[in-house]
Amino acid sequence: MLGRSPLGPLEYTRRLWLRSWLAAVFVFLYAPIVILVVFSFNDSRRNIVWQGFTTEYYVRAAENASLIEAFTNSLLIAFVSTILSTIIGALLALGLWRFRFPGRAALDGAAALPIVIPEICMGVALLVFFNRVGWPTAMPWPLNLAPIIIGHVAFSFPFVAVVVRARMAGFDRSLEEASKDLGASEWQTFWNVTVPFMKPGLIAGSLLAMTLSLDDFVITFFTSGPGTLTFPVQIYSMVRFGATPEVNAASTVLIAVTVLLTVIAVRWQRPDKEAAKLG
Amino acid sequence: MARDIKRYRVRCWENRLESWRAQPAVFWAFVLPGTLWLLLFFFVPLGLIWVLAFGERVGPVQIDITWTFANYLAVFDPVYVGLFWRSVWVATVATVIALVMGLPVALAVSFAPERVKPILLLLVILPFWTNILIRTYAMIAVLRTRGFVNFGLEYLWLMGKAFLLPFGLDEIVMGERFEPLSLLYNNTAVIFGIVYVYLPFMVLPLYATLERLDRSLLEASLDLGAGQIRTFFSIIVPLAKPGIVSGIILVFIPALGTFLISDLLGGTDSLLLGNVIERQFKAANHWPLGSAMSFVLLYVTFAILALRAWLISREEARARA
Repeated sequence: MLGRSPLGPLEYTRRLWLRSWLAAVFVFLYAPIVILVVFSFNDSRRNIVWQGFTTEYYVRAAENASLIEAFTNSLLIAFVSTILSTIIGALLALGLWRFRFPGRAALDGAAALPIVIPEICMGVALLVFFNRVGWPTAMPWPLNLAPIIIGHVAFSFPFVAVVVRARMAGFDRSLEEASKDLGASEWQTFWNVTVPFMKPGLIAGSLLAMTLSLDDFVITFFTSGPGTLTFPVQIYSMVRFGATPEVNAASTVLIAVTVLLTVIAVRWQRPDKEAAKLG
Repeated sequence: MARDIKRYRVRCWENRLESWRAQPAVFWAFVLPGTLWLLLFFFVPLGLIWVLAFGERVGPVQIDITWTFANYLAVFDPVYVGLFWRSVWVATVATVIALVMGLPVALAVSFAPERVKPILLLLVILPFWTNILIRTYAMIAVLRTRGFVNFGLEYLWLMGKAFLLPFGLDEIVMGERFEPLSLLYNNTAVIFGIVYVYLPFMVLPLYATLERLDRSLLEASLDLGAGQIRTFFSIIVPLAKPGIVSGIILVFIPALGTFLISDLLGGTDSLLLGNVIERQFKAANHWPLGSAMSFVLLYVTFAILALRAWLISREEARARA
């Protein structure tokens, strides 16, 4: 189909050099990940040359108790952090969107700061903070993850706020006014008018928060206590010992989980779009 | 003109905002959680290291705040100044490479047919769904001496040798043995890794501005006899400037503070600012110095953001004139 009509001056995407460039960049972006996934099935301890197919390293990774614990912890962190970030971020977005108050511009700017500052600064600051406030380090299981979750929420909720506010910019305030005129309370209006409109923004925001949490290394590295196992930190120490297929297998599982969760979230959003089209 | 309309709209919008006094309970419910979280878990920690940067280490864990400038002065010690310039240099080179690589990609995506566009965009975003550590680790297998780049080069070398064999030139031109390039554990590897990890940060803002570009301007330029290359440099690049500036900032700032990429891909002589900060807080246990270094990094970040704000306001002033 393509290439039949003569090349238009602005059809840059049909130019050969640009297509080759695009292909080369995608190879650059994907080849390392594809190689990593393929070599998780490599039957070789040194993992340099392809020796044959095996799933042995998946079995080994599954039998590695600390790896499983780290994996569970990271998923739990991502889950709790996503929920908290979405709630806090959406509320802040609504507050900034709806109200006039002294210090509004300052709060708006301050909330954008965690997005722009280098991660390592935030990481070391949180390390010092938890150390100085005397945060208990030897807490029982789910509670020892609290510092990491707090850190993740601190850098994720501003992103959620940005996304939700972008969504609310297209909201017609008279809908809320109509709802209240018709006798609905503030609470009813919020749940039945504002939240349904906000929903795509909430889903996009929570998706972003989840991705940020699962993608993070630096904040997790600085906020995890001595006895706390998390996936990135565990993989980090394994990598420092040497690149084994076990690391590849564990990484592949995390990639698969992230992609799967994202696909589910995107799918989940779709019926909403269909409904909007019908309505 | 367009700016004036925008300002007018913003003003109307501000007038439509409710006063917080009208619904104080709702207002606090909305604003309080975020403000508190930001204050407690962002500004207080940053304030702590700001204070700590003026401290003196008197024992293994004991730090006295004496409001000394010694830590900031230590940052300007020749050893650390070299380190700082290396970080700036590495981040700059990586940002330039990402821009050169990313601009054609953004151009191709924004001019792609509507049904291909979401797929191409998804392909740009997809690597984000992989943990940064895993992406950096994936780079090791590509770059190491017995890695895929060297395997590829060796293959080319063998091909070249086979080609030159009938002429008896193979030994002379290609050498006796294939010498693999040492690509890993040096500055090149770090630059390569930064470009790899942060390239999507460059492409997305570029795409966002190119997407809004008025196509008729390009058509006019081409109709009036300018070539594609001239049109690119005199029309596309100036109009895409906001996106280029955002892309540069989004790549440069994390690149300047990176510690994972240089830790895994860099050698002993390619330590960056991020690695030294990490060391002060972990192995070296010199928190005041690490805090001072973090704040130098933060001040540089603020300076870059201020520069950007200044550039934008200058552009706006020029647009009004």
